[in-house]
Amino acid sequence: MDELISNTVGETAATDAVASAHAHAAGAAPAAAAPAHGPHADAQEHHHHTHAAHSVHPGHHHLLTCEGLSVSFRMYDDAAPFFRARQRDVQVIHDLSISVHQGEIVAVVGASGSGKTLVADAVLGLSDPNATVEGTIWFDGDLQDAAGLAALRGHGISLVPQSVDHLDPLMKVGRQVEGWAADAADAQRRARRRCELFARYGLDEEVAGLYPHQLSGGMARRVLLCCALMDEPRLIVADEPTPGMDLELAVRAMDDLRAFADGGGGVMLITHDIELALRVADRVAVFKDGTVVEETAVSSFADPSLLRHPFSRELWHALPEHGLRVGGEESC
Amino acid sequence: MFAVSVITFVLVGLSPIDPVQANVGQNALLGMSDAKRAQLAAHWGVDVPIWERYASWLGAVLAGDWGTSLRFNAPVAQVVVVRAGNSLVLMATAWVLSGVLGFALGVAAGMRRGTLLDRAVRCYCYVLASTPTFWVGLLALMVFSVGLGWFPLGFSAPIGVPAAEVTVFQSLHCMVLPALTLSLLGVANIALHTREKTVDVLESNYVRFARARGASDRQLLWGHVLRNVALPALTLQFASISEIFGGSVLVEQVFSYPGLGQAAVTAGLGGDAPLLVAIALVSAALVFGGNLVANVLYGVIDPRIRAGRAGDGRG
Repeated sequence: MDELISNTVGETAATDAVASAHAHAAGAAPAAAAPAHGPHADAQEHHHHTHAAHSVHPGHHHLLTCEGLSVSFRMYDDAAPFFRARQRDVQVIHDLSISVHQGEIVAVVGASGSGKTLVADAVLGLSDPNATVEGTIWFDGDLQDAAGLAALRGHGISLVPQSVDHLDPLMKVGRQVEGWAADAADAQRRARRRCELFARYGLDEEVAGLYPHQLSGGMARRVLLCCALMDEPRLIVADEPTPGMDLELAVRAMDDLRAFADGGGGVMLITHDIELALRVADRVAVFKDGTVVEETAVSSFADPSLLRHPFSRELWHALPEHGLRVGGEESC
Repeated sequence: MFAVSVITFVLVGLSPIDPVQANVGQNALLGMSDAKRAQLAAHWGVDVPIWERYASWLGAVLAGDWGTSLRFNAPVAQVVVVRAGNSLVLMATAWVLSGVLGFALGVAAGMRRGTLLDRAVRCYCYVLASTPTFWVGLLALMVFSVGLGWFPLGFSAPIGVPAAEVTVFQSLHCMVLPALTLSLLGVANIALHTREKTVDVLESNYVRFARARGASDRQLLWGHVLRNVALPALTLQFASISEIFGGSVLVEQVFSYPGLGQAAVTAGLGGDAPLLVAIALVSAALVFGGNLVANVLYGVIDPRIRAGRAGDGRG
């Protein structure tokens, strides 16, 4: 970790205001070019965001970058009479940009039901058939299309879902964690890996023989994490992993994600809980009205003057230690 | 069972059909002397109050005597066994056929939702589900028996062949049309329900998660869809026994197939209380048995129910 941080610091020394603004890789075609970086300062804005201490990008690109992402749904007009209703496109996410570096947790914070999960769907390439996803997504410097994202599912990007109902109620936990094996040798390898993970997260071997409904809350959380880690991902997308957990459980869940990030992985933590986000994340992407209005380091939340967007400042004021001043918006 | 027998008995008792007239025949009745008529009435106990009749019937049944069928002039037990044998083969064939076909079509349509295959299956199902069974039966007779001459017009054995010489193949041959007709209705129902359930499962959180972990459609089908669709499909399949039974009454009538359903119609129209009650009891037992089997199978397949039974209420 130290080495990585010093790397960042090294870049700072070479900071050049022009290069840091938006230095794409020279010579590459603009459309396909990975959003690579020139050197820039920690607090300096580039690619719509500022860095945190943990954020590193070896090879001058992010682990994950979404730019100009928009998701729209084709649906019937609610307002029109039933038989005359026409299909129209409703844009739920528009012009959203977000980046995840190696070694950091980026929290996407926004109100419940504001469409944050759609971002996860888009990154996983799992959007509904009636959804149109536009924009560009790079993973580890490579531009991705739908097929690329599909290939990355379970092979680079893993999802940690919200609750135990994301497990098949009729299948034993062990088999679900192990997932699909290509052949007998792969099945053995997966079984061994599952054993290791269970041991690491304090799950008894007998848990593997249980069905999902028999798991306690804490076991379920660890089982879901094991599912994601099974495939040795580089990026974990955690979709609201804490609701329904008591504080102790939530903290432990976050510790596990922290450990994964410290090991060099990237985490996109989708949550409505700003306090939780500020406690564990390195950077916060404030999500409002279908886009990320500000992507900034957690440290910016120490002082509202460091926050650029009015909504971020409202969030800051809504925090309990700042007097719970809610200005017309739902506090998150 | 007791309630079924009481209700059937009362209904037959209340029906306006005069058993004497129905069983002797209009012409014979007119030519009969009053004394003869009274004698017959007394023989069949026309004037005995219904409760007394029921009590004596119940006593006999408990002693193992199911009485004598008025219409078939044979012991009820014998009639029911022969008829049920014919019917059960017919119904079982139709039942299995509709179950397997319906399940396969339903899963296929659900997995390929919105495609041409899905539309074709749905279209086929809606048309069939809204078609009366007897009409399909008549149509099948017209096309395959009269028009193409592939199958006999009716009955469970070729006409003019002594019962002892009827081969298995011949009786199967006779059964094809009624069984197909009977299963068509079931296919539509089961396929539509299975399709809905498949779509539900595919939209569930656990399938979404499995996809997020990189599972392909085929892996989803074998790993999650079949497992989770099988359970409701089984209930439906066993609950459909009553539907198949109801359908068999019509189909047997159309195809003159000598089964339980046809016997029930004869018994009902002829005021043949012992036979009708016996058939009602047998069918009630069949339907009850079907639901019981479904419940037991639940426990075998669904770990949630199994755990509940074992008193292991963790989680």
